[in-house]
Amino acid sequence: MSDTIEVDGKQYGVDEEGYLANLNDWVPGIATVMAAQDNIELTDEHWDIINFLREYYEEYQIAPAVRVLTKAVGKKLGKDKGNSKYLYSLFPYGPAKQACRFAGLPKPTGCV
Amino acid sequence: MSEVVKKFMYLNRKAPYGTIYAWEALEVVLIGAAFDQDVSVMFLDDGVYQLTKGQDTKAIGMKNFSPTFRTLGDYEVKKIYVDRASLEARGLTQEDLVEIAWEDFETEEEIENIVEVIDSARVGELMNESDAIFSF
Amino acid sequence: MSILHTVNKSPFERNALESCLKFATDGSAVLLFEDGVYAALKGTAVEPHVSDALGRLKVYVLGPDLQARGFSAERIIEGISVVDYAGFVDLAAENGKVQAWL
Repeated sequence: MSDTIEVDGKQYGVDEEGYLANLNDWVPGIATVMAAQDNIELTDEHWDIINFLREYYEEYQIAPAVRVLTKAVGKKLGKDKGNSKYLYSLFPYGPAKQACRFAGLPKPTGCV
Repeated sequence: MSEVVKKFMYLNRKAPYGTIYAWEALEVVLIGAAFDQDVSVMFLDDGVYQLTKGQDTKAIGMKNFSPTFRTLGDYEVKKIYVDRASLEARGLTQEDLVEIAWEDFETEEEIENIVEVIDSARVGELMNESDAIFSF
Repeated sequence: MSILHTVNKSPFERNALESCLKFATDGSAVLLFEDGVYAALKGTAVEPHVSDALGRLKVYVLGPDLQARGFSAERIIEGISVVDYAGFVDLAAENGKVQAWL
């Protein structure tokens, strides 16, 4: 597995599980490329979650566990989005794990 | 399978940053939240320094995990206790400590601050009432 | 030759500060850093010992470590000077010898 991801001709370091090595390197294009590798085309609904995660990290300095993400999304974006069925439909590999990776965050604490 | 809810207490006695204990303890609390137990976090001795407001670690090049304490309510931690005598010996009051809110997302019941300063005798009682104490 | 004494442990957890204050001779410099900075705060149980020592020792505290722990300069005992990393280096250079109370 490669240790970098190429976005717009630039190389970005990632860890062995594909998470961005340096949080501050993130640009939206990284999410687009990572999603394409997982056969996902990002929609506004995806971006809502990705941006939400980045704001959450900015404020609390951690990536939330999936159950916390679900509750917090429900509060912020509405109850119809704050459920795991909706979030899994957007991020089939797990909303916390996969969306955090697209958002350039470390793997959520509590995920194995 | 019937589930018996146990009382877990995480006991913190170390200052942040000087050693890794405080951050490791916080990570264990966050991970442990997945087990759906009755969780409380206790701060004693130098552990009370973990909750001071206004921490800014830029100049020492370490991760500032102070904001992360504010998520404990989201992680089903219902109670955070601080030993009054430990605060007093350090010239601190509850005013110096961060506030941590708790909210039940279903009932929308809210508690503005779950940080409670208690007497040493109560600390001892709460330790006795716990099914398990995780010490850091 | 003068000595710079450094203390990086909390005075409530270890006896590093106590030993330092006991053995540091008059006129020596003491720098509090890392968890040692808690000894520089006003209103603590160890403040009397630190204040006593201020009459015969020069006491410094490392600003970045104070800031990291959420305390501003106004919370420290009068007579203690706040220094930055460059000030730490200067103190070490001026004193020639450093005794670290680990």
